[in-house]
Amino acid sequence: MNQFIEWISQPWPWYVAGPMIGLTVPALLILGNKTFGISSSLRHICAACIPAGIPFFTYNWKKEIWNLLFVLGTAIGGFIAMNFLANPEPIAISEATQADLKGLGLSNFADLMPAEIFNWDNLFTGKGVLFFVIGGFLVGFGTRYAGGCTSGHAIMGISALQWPSLVATICFMLGGFFMTHVLLEPLMKLVGF
Amino acid sequence: MESATDPNCVAPNSSKTQDKGLALLKYVLIGVVFGIVFVKAEIISWFRIQEMFRLQSFHMYGVIGSAIVTGIISIQLIKRLNIKSIHGEKINIPTKVFKKGQLIGGFIFGLGWAITGACPGPLFAQIGSGYTVILVTLISALAGTWVYGRFEKYFPN
Repeated sequence: MNQFIEWISQPWPWYVAGPMIGLTVPALLILGNKTFGISSSLRHICAACIPAGIPFFTYNWKKEIWNLLFVLGTAIGGFIAMNFLANPEPIAISEATQADLKGLGLSNFADLMPAEIFNWDNLFTGKGVLFFVIGGFLVGFGTRYAGGCTSGHAIMGISALQWPSLVATICFMLGGFFMTHVLLEPLMKLVGF
Repeated sequence: MESATDPNCVAPNSSKTQDKGLALLKYVLIGVVFGIVFVKAEIISWFRIQEMFRLQSFHMYGVIGSAIVTGIISIQLIKRLNIKSIHGEKINIPTKVFKKGQLIGGFIFGLGWAITGACPGPLFAQIGSGYTVILVTLISALAGTWVYGRFEKYFPN
């Protein structure tokens, strides 16, 4: 048993994780005739909490409660993995990335998330505004405008051979490349890195 | 009912049977497995997303690529073998309609993805993992979704 825990606590390689994520597609289809897509949960939460008479949020969200239960499960899964299956070693980030990020002012590479960015002390600072408020807003706005995120378009949509999802995925990547290579450095300087 | 036909809804629900009570637990369980994989394969890591966008590691491309391959094979099997849902329903995959939002919205999401290091799924897993400050990111993401819904008709589509 201990050996099993030790083995499972290692970081999982892509060829284990990817197929497991891919299997979510048939699991949801067969168990409930449901189409995989996570950003919809954000829409359902809006519809449940603050519909404000807006047509986009006026629908029977209770029928989509499965989607909210799925993301609740995702959070519980995060809790289980971190508390019972955590890898004791520091995350192994590629040296080239570490060098690039040092250039941006980061120095702590021990954790899954950069401790210098993702902590409550940054909340009411420029760092918090950039990484939590603006970043989160762009994710929520962009996914809804695009009609889906990595799960709904990149995985579900492309798996179903739907070309609009391939187009969306290419645009996700272009946006990410543009932010990483063009905007991130000046923005991080601006907020005090 | 709107969500069943609405092209904006990426996770439409084709089920004619509404799961109730304990039957809903299966979605929590699939989510739990999903969340564990997210953490164990370090997909929730901001660093891994930076590696991906800097083309300095194959890891995330391997994860997403093999997930897609698995998905393609699964859907082809479901279609060709005419596999039904456990409720005996014909499995339905709604067609996605091309619209400008996939270009503009997709690009905007990409900008956010590189800042937060998270798409919507990992946001939930990060919060569960104990990165509680990501609750703020989630609230902002909800605000972004709400603003899109509120002003939907003003955006080119």
